[in-house]
Amino acid sequence: MADQKTGRAGEVKDSEWPLWEVFVQEVGGEPHQHAGSLHAPDAEMALQNARDVYSRRGKVSSMWVVPSEKITASSPEENGSFFDPSNDKVYRHPQFYKVPRGVKNL
Amino acid sequence: MTNPLLMKESALFDYLLRLGDDRLVLGHRLSEWCGHAPILEEDIALANIALDCVGHASMLLKLAGQVEGRRRTEDDLAYFREAIAFRNVKLVEQPNGDFARTIARQFLFDAYSLPLYEELASSSHPVLAAISAKILKEVRYHWRHSSEWVCRLGDGTQESHARMQSALDELWTFTAELFESDDIESLLHKAGVVPLGSSLKPRWDELLRRVLSTATLTVPTANQFMLGGSRQGRHSEHLGHILSEMQILARSYPGASW
Repeated sequence: MADQKTGRAGEVKDSEWPLWEVFVQEVGGEPHQHAGSLHAPDAEMALQNARDVYSRRGKVSSMWVVPSEKITASSPEENGSFFDPSNDKVYRHPQFYKVPRGVKNL
Repeated sequence: MTNPLLMKESALFDYLLRLGDDRLVLGHRLSEWCGHAPILEEDIALANIALDCVGHASMLLKLAGQVEGRRRTEDDLAYFREAIAFRNVKLVEQPNGDFARTIARQFLFDAYSLPLYEELASSSHPVLAAISAKILKEVRYHWRHSSEWVCRLGDGTQESHARMQSALDELWTFTAELFESDDIESLLHKAGVVPLGSSLKPRWDELLRRVLSTATLTVPTANQFMLGGSRQGRHSEHLGHILSEMQILARSYPGASW
């Protein structure tokens, strides 16, 4: 497929279709969680493939597909300077509060 | 066969074989792609659709066995009938060919299944109506899958366009018999059990026209030689080969379970 047309998700750099990340919501109101990735020529096909690869055996109420290249990730080498400042200040953590009995999702 | 009730039952048995065999043979054909599809994601999609079709066949043939009243199960009907007793259309027997051909076969058949199961879902036969409503849900997805592919291959590269068009042209001769009516069908139609095949044609035409124009493809010419007779057991050479592969295990080890 060297002459593959450019996919709508962006430029095709090799013979593979663009990569997409799949997010699945199992119950309405819950967050969409990353389920995995797949290749597809465009968004509609990505959604179809996601349906076949990631929803066949589980309950799903909603699905998102996102072009992988649109995701900006933090770099692991900078984890120290990037995340530590918020972890080493004890007053930022909410463990001083008592959780009322019976509350599940605080 | 003077008892009109008996006549209706044997007609319904035959009609259920038509529905069930279509989906059984198509499901088997699609399963041949397993491990061979162009990409992993499509491999899974085709295997899913194959499984859907075999599941539909299982429900329809089970009901056929009950209607017949000779204690034949869906497995008996699938594995222990000869080619001449199969009632599927020739379209679904046709070899997979290249990917475009498989998609064309699926597309032409899905466009027929969609109006068919929409009608059958409101059949006066309650069990057939319930099974059809279940099948319709999956047929809608199959249609979405095949029609999206037709658009992408038709409006894709020069090569994919040419392959898609020639696949449609080559399979066209098998499409007329989808809408053939006969005594069995009209008997059941009068009882409100099934739609007339001919009444599905306008919807099929419209679905095809819409997708093929988006796909920059041409609807094949209407005035060519069209094959028929599948519903009476006249099949292409391919069916025998499919059955020999599909039936060998059950016939070599009768009653085996796995």
